[in-house]
Amino acid sequence: MSDTIAAATGDTVEQPAGTERQVSGVSIRLEGVTKSYPGQGKPAVDAVDLDIPAGQMVMFVGPSGCGKTTLLKMLNRLVEPTSGKIFLGDEDVTGQDADQLRRRIGYVIQAGGLFPHMTVATNIGLVPGMLKWDRKRIAARVDELLELVGLDPEVYRDRYPRELSGGQQQRVGVARALAADPPVLLMDEPFGAVDPITRQRLQDELLRIQEELGKTIVFVTHDFDEAVKLGDRIVVFDVGARVVQYDTPEAILADPAEEYVADFVGAGATLKQLTLTRVGDVELLSPQLARVGEDAAEVVRRASAAGEKYVVVTDRKGRPISWPSLAELSRVATVPDTVDEKLPVVGLRSTLNDALDTMLAASQGGVVVTGRDDVAGVMVVETVMAAIQRTRDEVEG
Amino acid sequence: MTAPRPAATGAYPETEVDDALAQTQTPVAGRSDEARGAWRGLLVQPVLVLAGVLAFVVWRSTAELADTEQRQLGWSVLGRSIVEHLELTLLAAAIVLLIGIPLGILLTRGPFRRATPLVLGVANTGQAAPAIGLFVLLATWLGFGFRSAVVALVLYTVLPVLRNTMVGLQGVDARLVEAGRGMGMSALAVLLRVELPLAVPVILAGVRTALVLLVGTATLATFISGGGLGQLITTGINLSLDSLLFSGAVLVALLALAIDWLGRVVEHVARPKGL
Repeated sequence: MSDTIAAATGDTVEQPAGTERQVSGVSIRLEGVTKSYPGQGKPAVDAVDLDIPAGQMVMFVGPSGCGKTTLLKMLNRLVEPTSGKIFLGDEDVTGQDADQLRRRIGYVIQAGGLFPHMTVATNIGLVPGMLKWDRKRIAARVDELLELVGLDPEVYRDRYPRELSGGQQQRVGVARALAADPPVLLMDEPFGAVDPITRQRLQDELLRIQEELGKTIVFVTHDFDEAVKLGDRIVVFDVGARVVQYDTPEAILADPAEEYVADFVGAGATLKQLTLTRVGDVELLSPQLARVGEDAAEVVRRASAAGEKYVVVTDRKGRPISWPSLAELSRVATVPDTVDEKLPVVGLRSTLNDALDTMLAASQGGVVVTGRDDVAGVMVVETVMAAIQRTRDEVEG
Repeated sequence: MTAPRPAATGAYPETEVDDALAQTQTPVAGRSDEARGAWRGLLVQPVLVLAGVLAFVVWRSTAELADTEQRQLGWSVLGRSIVEHLELTLLAAAIVLLIGIPLGILLTRGPFRRATPLVLGVANTGQAAPAIGLFVLLATWLGFGFRSAVVALVLYTVLPVLRNTMVGLQGVDARLVEAGRGMGMSALAVLLRVELPLAVPVILAGVRTALVLLVGTATLATFISGGGLGQLITTGINLSLDSLLFSGAVLVALLALAIDWLGRVVEHVARPKGL
């Protein structure tokens, strides 16, 4: 009991992985996994030993051609290992029927890899179909998953992939991988083909989903910032999939094992620290809120009384849609339902880096921070600056 | 609490916040317009064919013909020639499909890929050889008649089906195949549910090409006593009866156009949705 209270009153947003989180994943263990191709001198993957704890998100990073993708594909045996053993939980899966094995492992690739001639629902229902679920159960599961990845089932169920944006396709790709509730999820540079703002949102969504589900996720990326943001742990690979360092993002940033890692992490490690701090970790400001349809004069009075110059307008579900000034509001009778596409929004799990990016992209000095379905607060550029200054002082001091 | 200060602007243009919400409007309207345009295009050909048939029937009923012409152009004789021609075409087409599509699939699977140049070479030779030569050579080997004609037609037209099957399958994004295998579909399931449906438009285009080729080439069957509309044409040439020559040529052309149209309709209907 006292444990849960401590966790609840403590810093709940940035929990150390695996303590309070629900875990539905299983551990993965690699023993001397090797892949060599005939006619090539050195093996592409050379005797890798790796332990991936259940329920964690582990990031594979490294230069292209280092074998990280090959190693990932050996986990679901799209690439057959030349030698070595792979365990899921305590089960040696190296000799198992590959098709059966893959139905227990979700697989997400760039742009979702959706089949263009099948609707969203058919795409998502493929694996449950192979597992002989009945139709009703599949349909219910499809809707549940669409909700989970933030797409309205009524709207998207019967669409074809080409009728979706890149970000939406990627969401469906994640939903499809989760369809049969596999304990393990493999993601091969899934967010590589979408624009930075969409990527950041997809990352936030993945973190939220992972918090809910606690799968074991192996995620290949070449973007170190992405690795720091998403990973409970990061594996840095060199050629031949040599594991150079396997540790938490904090530890890798603070103490790179080799010069190679330091180079890969890149200069400006101070700024990288921005990637370690979540928006939910810093103090947010409480803005004045206004609902669509409220009396504008009343809102203006309330906000001026509180000494505010801007108001965050939310829709009927409590999601922020615009951020007008009092001057703008005083020109209208009721709070308008106009949706500001450029409204800078980040989630609590976003990093300060994301927040700064979002501000710059929107040319604004602040961002609205959303909680699960509401406005958690507002963050301004000065907060980011203060965080940078703090880390700089820490480094120097 | 201090006021939040969005430095640049608080203006709010009108669109949506999340990309999950954005793009709710579909390009469906544009698609149905496209589809309607395609259907309209499909209507021109049958109208032309019907007009041609009508013109022929009117001419045949009203023209003054000599005895030999009367005999050759009698409705029952004409009908038999047309039926023979269709039999040649459709039987050959069925065999071409039965050989071309499975062979095309096989040649895009793992170890059989190595045989691709060999098989394509043979098929290419079949098509490059002059059709009439092929007919005569086969007749001297297999004997004159319907059977040899069908074999010659198959050899001559298997290439477009074979090649388009292969090209269509090779054109399927390799990442989709991998996605399918990666989610636990068997190789056969990926072939049936992903690769073939996506290759259907290309395969059907090949089938249509083969059919049109078949209708035209089947006129040569008459040289090895295979029957068909070619008889009218050769008789017309031999006896200098222009009306026979003309009738044969027009009927073959109309048949080819009609079959081409059928092929287009099938292509249109069978095209997988969502592409």
